[in-house]
Amino acid sequence: MSLLTVEELHVEFATHSGVVQAVNGVSLSVARGETLAIVGESGSGKTVSALSIMGLIQKPGRIASGSIEFDGAALDTLDERAYRRLRGGDLAMIFQDPLSSLNPAFRVGDQIAEALLQHTYDKKDAARREAARLLGIVGIPQAGERARDYPHQFSGGMRQRAMIAMAIANKPKLLIADEPTTALDVTIQAQVLEVLRAAQHDTDAAMLLITHDLGIVAGTADRVAVMYAGRVVEEGTLDDIFYRPRHPYTIGLLGSLPRLDDDRGAPLRTIPGTPPNLLRLPRGCALAPRCPFVIDRCRAERPPLEAVGEAGETVHRSACFRASELGALEANEATP
Amino acid sequence: MSDPFGHDPRRRLRESGAGEAAAVSTSALLDSAVETGEEIVDSAPIRSNTRLVAFRFFRHKLAVGSLVVLVLIAALAALAPVVSPYDFNPPLTAEVLDEARQPPSWDHLFGTDKLGRDQFTRVLYALQKSLLVGLGVAVLSVVLGVTVGAIAGYRGGWVDSLLMRFTDLFLVLPALAVLLILAKNPEPSLFGLFDLPPATEVWGMIIVISILGWMAMARIVRGEFLSLREKEYVDAARAAGASGPRIVVRHLLPNAIGSIVVFATLEVGLAILTEATLSFLGAGIELPDVSLGNLISDAEDTVGTDLSYLILFPGLVLFLIVLCVNFVGDGLRDALDPKATR
Repeated sequence: MSLLTVEELHVEFATHSGVVQAVNGVSLSVARGETLAIVGESGSGKTVSALSIMGLIQKPGRIASGSIEFDGAALDTLDERAYRRLRGGDLAMIFQDPLSSLNPAFRVGDQIAEALLQHTYDKKDAARREAARLLGIVGIPQAGERARDYPHQFSGGMRQRAMIAMAIANKPKLLIADEPTTALDVTIQAQVLEVLRAAQHDTDAAMLLITHDLGIVAGTADRVAVMYAGRVVEEGTLDDIFYRPRHPYTIGLLGSLPRLDDDRGAPLRTIPGTPPNLLRLPRGCALAPRCPFVIDRCRAERPPLEAVGEAGETVHRSACFRASELGALEANEATP
Repeated sequence: MSDPFGHDPRRRLRESGAGEAAAVSTSALLDSAVETGEEIVDSAPIRSNTRLVAFRFFRHKLAVGSLVVLVLIAALAALAPVVSPYDFNPPLTAEVLDEARQPPSWDHLFGTDKLGRDQFTRVLYALQKSLLVGLGVAVLSVVLGVTVGAIAGYRGGWVDSLLMRFTDLFLVLPALAVLLILAKNPEPSLFGLFDLPPATEVWGMIIVISILGWMAMARIVRGEFLSLREKEYVDAARAAGASGPRIVVRHLLPNAIGSIVVFATLEVGLAILTEATLSFLGAGIELPDVSLGNLISDAEDTVGTDLSYLILFPGLVLFLIVLCVNFVGDGLRDALDPKATR
């Protein structure tokens, strides 16, 4: 049984110019201990989906419909008190920007202790010691002393480590990491990902990793969900997505990756066109205006997310009417 | 993802318990920093924010000087019975009356009044009241203002609108007129619920001035909170399970403390002035209790005569404390300014 199941989630934001459909029927599931990566470009609804799971969607946003089930409980019916007990406990989140996610007026150790005090500890001293131990676990040297530092005395990488320490403090069952390395430079990225993976391994947590970096996905995820315009367009194992993509958008994304053997000086490949306006989503497939494989049916109705390929033990699903043809296409063509 | 440094964090994970980490020598710190590829933040002068603020404040000569003067004045006032051999309201015996109308001398620093009372002693006792009023009003109006401003700023929406219109309502009141009416009420009460001390006493005075002194604080705190609540660390705190009140008290207030402290300081000076004004107009602390205001009021007919020192000294002292308080406020504002480059 899966730990987290999201069904047909719709989240909308009422703005001056109309209702923005930020999340438009997302369905996902995460099994215990598994890492699911959500990839997609800016504005595809990744972060909003994550915030919905955390129950942190704020006005003018609201969850219009759909259900979220976590560890056997329906989150969308939970009252604020019960939700609060879950947040930072079984459900933890790491934010994108470690520079602004730590309170500048608070010692780092005290911030972690604060998270502990709200859930598992009642003694301040014990919580402080545990906070220092956690900082050590995420690889902060001289953790006992550094716990008494303020965030501005930490480097970017150290702050993200501290955020990870805070997130794993109460041994969460699900860790949501929203672009945890975007604000960091590449060498630090690799270390932070390692720490994240080790922390996840230690606490047996499942992880929902939100990113737009396919490199990170390849190194971290068990399964991948590709999002476009507020929907999951393709979902499958790492190998399914990388080697047997069955959605034009996924194919486009993979095709856009620069490679070491590219011609030098040649322009980077892109997916032509721009993402749709979330205020006025097309009736059919949101990718239709940009899709090289588009047929009339794509413009008329929205393709559902359906299983493709051989019915194996893991389900590979794609929201494309021509998914099977794409498979055949790939089989015929030798890889370019 | 290949690790550019080829080390296994899980190994480090096993090795670095917190207890051990604290005992690691400097060379080990260097080693592990090289290992993790993190730059070492120069840890020699570890400066907490408080110390940094203190450091910047103490470079502000005028503010430090003012603080010293204020502390001296406060100490003199508090130790008045020790500092001065005289009583501020001695029984009017023949010996006391003999001393009347003496100009300033070493025996009577500020001279004596028409009844032979030592003016220096009277100023010291008046200072006790004035300083108490100043501090009391600062505390009470900060409590009122921060409460209203924090709720308005954190909740936003209609709560914000309602509380801010309520604040505006107080702001449009003609302050002096209302203060006079309030201060003249001999038996004030809180909407008839319970009795308040009349304004002829220090506590009554504090309440009266605070009622019209909290609005600026509320607006400042509301403004700060409106911007602070959008910070990512507030989301992070919420994601860690913090409740609304906890976010306000633990995360937002500490970040707004700078503005609050500066305002509270300035409020001290303002309150002392307001108290003096009210007492001068005969609505505040009444003789035989002395305050700077009623000392000045009592001596108003001496202007232009050779007794004018009776109004000069209380006036100068009043001027001096308000000036010093404002300089201290200035210094604090510069020291707490996060954008300060120096």
